[in-house]
Amino acid sequence: MKTVDELRKLREEVRQMTRLREGEPEVRIVVAMGTCGIAAGARETLNALLQEIAARGLAGVSVSPVGCMGLCDREPIVEVNAHGGRTLYARVNAEKARRIVREHVEAGWVIEDWVTRN
Amino acid sequence: MEEIALHILDLVQNCVEAGASEVSIAITECRRDNLLTVKISDNGRGMDQATLAAVTDPFFTTRSTRKVGLGIPLLKAAAEQCNGSFTIESSEGKGTQVVASFALDHIDRAPLGSMADTLAAVFAVHHVDVHYRHEVDGKVFMLDSKEIRQLCGDELMHPRVIVWLRAYIEEHEKQVGGEQ
Repeated sequence: MKTVDELRKLREEVRQMTRLREGEPEVRIVVAMGTCGIAAGARETLNALLQEIAARGLAGVSVSPVGCMGLCDREPIVEVNAHGGRTLYARVNAEKARRIVREHVEAGWVIEDWVTRN
Repeated sequence: MEEIALHILDLVQNCVEAGASEVSIAITECRRDNLLTVKISDNGRGMDQATLAAVTDPFFTTRSTRKVGLGIPLLKAAAEQCNGSFTIESSEGKGTQVVASFALDHIDRAPLGSMADTLAAVFAVHHVDVHYRHEVDGKVFMLDSKEIRQLCGDELMHPRVIVWLRAYIEEHEKQVGGEQ
């Protein structure tokens, strides 16, 4: 079973890590979480993004929600603001979400095949 | 929605948009009464009577990106098609409470689904405190994000903490049993 002590230790580790880097996050990820997004799988997408960010130990990455973006037919939608650009990805399932973290957020390559425009 | 837990996530989004700082989620499964009940209440700005009367209409929304608001009508329809019931009460300046119940054994009832995934998603992106209670035939799991916040402070929203919390909730959800 997971214990409260584990959580305390984890908090200390995370605090040490974030103390080293002050200021604004370098990468901002936005997940559309309106009813349409949630029905299309945005919860799995969000959790996959968080798991991959945690697993790769990435710092300076924020994840935030937005409501319906009016692109309901292309949900789940993920917006990545990184390396000076804004990219909108369509139909992002959990697997695509993990690749976006590895290839776009971490390595800086936009995955053109999944890009959509609004 | 494929899971009742997804309806819950959707409703929490409404609570946040209504300016709530606290949300309470209570799920009760009772085999004896053949009922699964979900109660969500918040301390948001609430609604006046005219708005309250309109929210179960799919062609009503407070949003401007599209002209339909589907969250509440979807939950209402899901509950009612499972021999259940749906009520929404609200008072301006105080908050809103939604209660949806489902016949446990109804063939059309969606599974409860993963509350670990739903709560992890809420904690990761919303600055709202959640009091969660899940009771299955008398067995109870409770989680209060205020207590977690006391332990974790601002680090609560860090992906590594969220991943840990998700696993913690999943363990306890399995222990109370019931619908997954």
